[in-house]
Amino acid sequence: MKLSGAEIIWECLIREGVDIVYGYPGGAILPFYDAMSKYPQVHHVLVRHEQSAAHMADGLARATGKVGVAIGTSGPGATNLVTGIATAMLDSSPLVCITGQVASPLIGSDAFQEIDITGITLPITKHNYLVFDIHDLAYTIREAFHVARTGRPGPVLIDVPKDVQNAKIEFEYPEGEIVLPGYHPPKEASTSALEAMLRMIGEAERPVILAGHGVLMSGAMREVLEFAERTQTPFALTLLGKGGLPEIHPLSLGMMGMHGTGYANLAIQNADLLLAFGMRFDDRVTGNLKTYAPNAKKIHIEIDPSEIHKNVRADLPIEGDLKTVLNQLLPSLSPLEHKSWLGQIRDWMEDADERDIVNQDVGERLFAAHVIHDMWKATGGDSVVVTDVGQHQMWEAQYYLHQNPNTLITSGGLGTMGFGLPAAIGAAMGLKSSNVWAIVGDGGFQMTMAELATAVQERVPVKIAIMNNGFLGMVRQWQEFFYEERYNATPMYAPNFVKLAEAYGIPARRVERRHDVIPTVEWANSITDGPVLIEFVIEKQDIVYPMVPAGADLHAMIRRPLPEKNSV
Amino acid sequence: MKHTLVALVENKPGVLNRVTTLFRRRNFNIDSLTVGRTENPFISRMTIVVDSDADPEQVRQQLYKLINVIQVEDVTHLPGVSRDLALIKVQVDSQTRSEVVQLCDIFRARIVDVTPDSVIVELTGDEQKISSMVELLRPIGILEMVRTGVVTMTRGEEVLAANNYAQRTGQPSNGHRATVI
Ligand SMILES: Cc1ncc(C[n+]2csc(CCOP(=O)(O)OP(=O)(O)O)c2C)c(N)n1
Repeated sequence: MKLSGAEIIWECLIREGVDIVYGYPGGAILPFYDAMSKYPQVHHVLVRHEQSAAHMADGLARATGKVGVAIGTSGPGATNLVTGIATAMLDSSPLVCITGQVASPLIGSDAFQEIDITGITLPITKHNYLVFDIHDLAYTIREAFHVARTGRPGPVLIDVPKDVQNAKIEFEYPEGEIVLPGYHPPKEASTSALEAMLRMIGEAERPVILAGHGVLMSGAMREVLEFAERTQTPFALTLLGKGGLPEIHPLSLGMMGMHGTGYANLAIQNADLLLAFGMRFDDRVTGNLKTYAPNAKKIHIEIDPSEIHKNVRADLPIEGDLKTVLNQLLPSLSPLEHKSWLGQIRDWMEDADERDIVNQDVGERLFAAHVIHDMWKATGGDSVVVTDVGQHQMWEAQYYLHQNPNTLITSGGLGTMGFGLPAAIGAAMGLKSSNVWAIVGDGGFQMTMAELATAVQERVPVKIAIMNNGFLGMVRQWQEFFYEERYNATPMYAPNFVKLAEAYGIPARRVERRHDVIPTVEWANSITDGPVLIEFVIEKQDIVYPMVPAGADLHAMIRRPLPEKNSV
Repeated sequence: MKHTLVALVENKPGVLNRVTTLFRRRNFNIDSLTVGRTENPFISRMTIVVDSDADPEQVRQQLYKLINVIQVEDVTHLPGVSRDLALIKVQVDSQTRSEVVQLCDIFRARIVDVTPDSVIVELTGDEQKISSMVELLRPIGILEMVRTGVVTMTRGEEVLAANNYAQRTGQPSNGHRATVI
């Protein structure tokens, strides 16, 4: 049967298992939209800004493990996608973005709404395509999905000129294996590497596992936990690694790095062996590289060979898929104990407990840490939480203890404000769940709050918790510490969020006192047929402790002062 | 020390742009870069000389992340043949012309064009040979110069054989324009 390019795109999406796409129409993508009604099996979600389409697709991808799909028109539609694509790139999230392009004879002529989107996205996509010939279209889409989801996943963009969408050919789906001569994601470790690894593990007295996003992406949760328990090795998580291992566990050190727990960072600095599992030694987790874990040998298991030795020199580099490598290793791994090392870590934990604001009586004042701690209790710790970027993101990471994989979705690498709400909408739709919370700051929420309308239009039962401190809180914190409290451009007006929600027909409440937190969260949990919003009016000038100043030694943390008796 | 990498890449429009974008974005300094055809029409070959401040292994691994890059080898320490070609237009008069002819003799260079007051010298060789000749011609008067950049091939057994790689399978045969820009 003869199909148009537009129809071929839909056919290919269906064959890739896509059932939801996020997008926004415009001139150059109109043929694709015109064909949409022939394909009711795919649900199209009309967003309010293309950036959000990419974030929604990203949220869906991270929550479900599927490839997310975002659509935009040429020119401004395509450039609006850019922040969302970059966000997915830095967090290795599988996306396929399809953009309309002006008709191919016009390409290069600065035609209306012509922009070189493949040029623009070259460094922020895993790969991208401009399809000039309708005969290449179906194969290109197949290849794009393959590239997006395999190896180290990432976003792929396909730019399709309008005349290619309109052209017609006899459609034949290109079955068969995809062979890319230069693309071979590594899989297994060599026997000699496994032997070296066993030897180093046997010799270590103070080992620490650094569990990253790779644990989740490789699906190696069970294997890493088995490794940790059998060898009694404590584990610290990166921000994106949260959920990969249970945080309520005697071996859990919580998050590492700039706002990680004191004991995770001290354990890393005092370790004699670091087992880096699917993580990339980002500057936010290492601090000063010169003084980072100075006495530790490093074993680095990583699927992307370019990450090995990039920031930290590995003593034993293993290129491979984490789950595969650990399954190779586990049969020959014997049980070990590290009693005195774990004892030392327990002492560091006690000191942290004493400083923890959650263990201090603050009367009726509302600290974000308390709010998130209480939300964690009221949701049984098993919600999927999607955050925005800022202080609330770090408090989430510190106080919402995740037990299950893919239950924290956050923009780690790019730190994109505005990510939270749209990504939560995507996650809730992908999971078909009413147990997805967006925890956002008043600043980041205002960047993409137009998507409230999308949530209502689509009746997405997403739960929104705004942590309103009246400031761009994280920037204010840096100004307090490093710029002598000159709060330039960080105090921020916000509308009445409850009234705003009501204008969209969204039930909403404001919480100003601690004892209202749990009942209000429970109220929100009872609403499952559409979005619901809570505004928490929190302390204006609170600080995320501990903090390792950027570039400082990882052990040089600024800690919350020990409480004086009977006061905060 | 400079490092020489040789890469096989898919022969498609835009691949050179991907490679140079990568170098710019990762802050790797290129000393020279050449691209040309190979024995396999689907594959081009690049010789890339990178500055000493870039870690050649990191450069190699980053290149591998480009889907169109098929094979990359650091051949710096392998025995091989490297060639650069230079065309040098030298200003001459009746006196200096013979000087230039003499120099060409010594360097096995050729004079490929002559006008009353200039000659074009063609010289191939490794970098050092070309640089030495340039230094000697400079006082006589260089009007224009162009160098191709280094191309390299290792000696003996093949290291980067483009014929080892077929065209991508699955690509529709009737597609007549490349899709990957
Ligand atoms: C798009 C974007 N612009 C600017 C920043 C820099 N930035 C990081 S955190 C932050 C403040 C966030 O404030 P808010 O959303 O109110 O959250 P809070 O830190 O108060 O929890 C800013 C401006 C960013 N990460 N992303």
